[in-house]
Amino acid sequence: MSNRRPYVRSMDGWWKRDPYFIRYMAREVSAVFVALYAIVLLFGLVRLGQGEAAFNGWLQYLKTPWMLVFHVIVLAVFCYHTWTWFNIMPKTMPIIFIGGKRLQPGTITGTGLAASVIACLAVLFIVRGMS
Amino acid sequence: MADTEKIIEIQVLRYRPEQDKEPVLQSYKVPFTDDMSVLQGLQYIKDYLDGTVSFRWSCRMAICGSCGMMIDGKPKLSCKTFLREYYPQGLKVEALAHLPIERDLVVGVEDFVTKLESIKPYIIPKEKRTLEQGEYLQTPQQRDMYEQFSSCINCMLCYAACPQYGLNPSFTGPGVLALMHRYNADSRDGGQAERLNSLGHADEGFWGCTAVGYCSEVCPKGVDPANAINQNKMNSAINYFTRFVTPGEADK
Repeated sequence: MSNRRPYVRSMDGWWKRDPYFIRYMAREVSAVFVALYAIVLLFGLVRLGQGEAAFNGWLQYLKTPWMLVFHVIVLAVFCYHTWTWFNIMPKTMPIIFIGGKRLQPGTITGTGLAASVIACLAVLFIVRGMS
Repeated sequence: MADTEKIIEIQVLRYRPEQDKEPVLQSYKVPFTDDMSVLQGLQYIKDYLDGTVSFRWSCRMAICGSCGMMIDGKPKLSCKTFLREYYPQGLKVEALAHLPIERDLVVGVEDFVTKLESIKPYIIPKEKRTLEQGEYLQTPQQRDMYEQFSSCINCMLCYAACPQYGLNPSFTGPGVLALMHRYNADSRDGGQAERLNSLGHADEGFWGCTAVGYCSEVCPKGVDPANAINQNKMNSAINYFTRFVTPGEADK
């Protein structure tokens, strides 16, 4: 008779076992804030469809203290989300050769981050120019 | 000058199925020198302190893939990790996480081996060639497309690093999927469709991965399983959607 009795360990609280897993969970949770902000913007689009007064009301609401606090939090989370997004990006891309040399993960992450900063600045300047 | 001997405490997670209901920690005081690996510490325990402690090892030089274990909670090869890094606080060694413990530091490997066999981890020639036709040629760049993924030593550290495998063992897991990609990415191989349709595109294949990325961190051979898996998701998604627009393909 076999004495084998393999012991399977519990996965309870697995994400607290390693700082790496905590950072992973933080990355995943940051996506919830992205979704939340998408809802805020969608709501603005609905108000825009309802006319100028409705849209201005939505804009006024965004300026209330709680919404300003919400924006500061979302901005911080978005920065973290962007960083994690481009950090994992090299893992999602096939091996690329440019001029016979392999494109390094750091270059992919750096290019992505630079592109997002440029895009943000461009949007900021366009909005500034309009108002 | 010889190193002066120091004493380090090694806590070993013991599990003896015939007597232990669940794993328990047992502590040993081990004299060591700065050039001793964790594996050598365990060998000292087995030779001089407690012959009942079980663990796997073979080559002592990070190529056989036998001595993987959790060292202070991190999946590592015990032959490649030095005791001095844990001095003076001591260290805790446990069987690789997410895998069933057979005895002490020995884990069950059936699941891994079955999965490894299922992906046909060998080259299925794209074209049949006779000896007279000569060898299959490949450029250095074509070789670079798979070379790092071929460095896998089946040590299963990536399985101990993958929470998705721990939560759902039907997930094929990082090491085997990286090896699947190793053969699929080989220009001489023609078995891609076979491997991808039977497993790669399935939930247990690439899509079971959520890009935690810890597998690539712990890999002692620089294989980067997270990259091998995730770079396939785009093609897998395209494959899924093109089935519906290509006549006859959707039935497959």
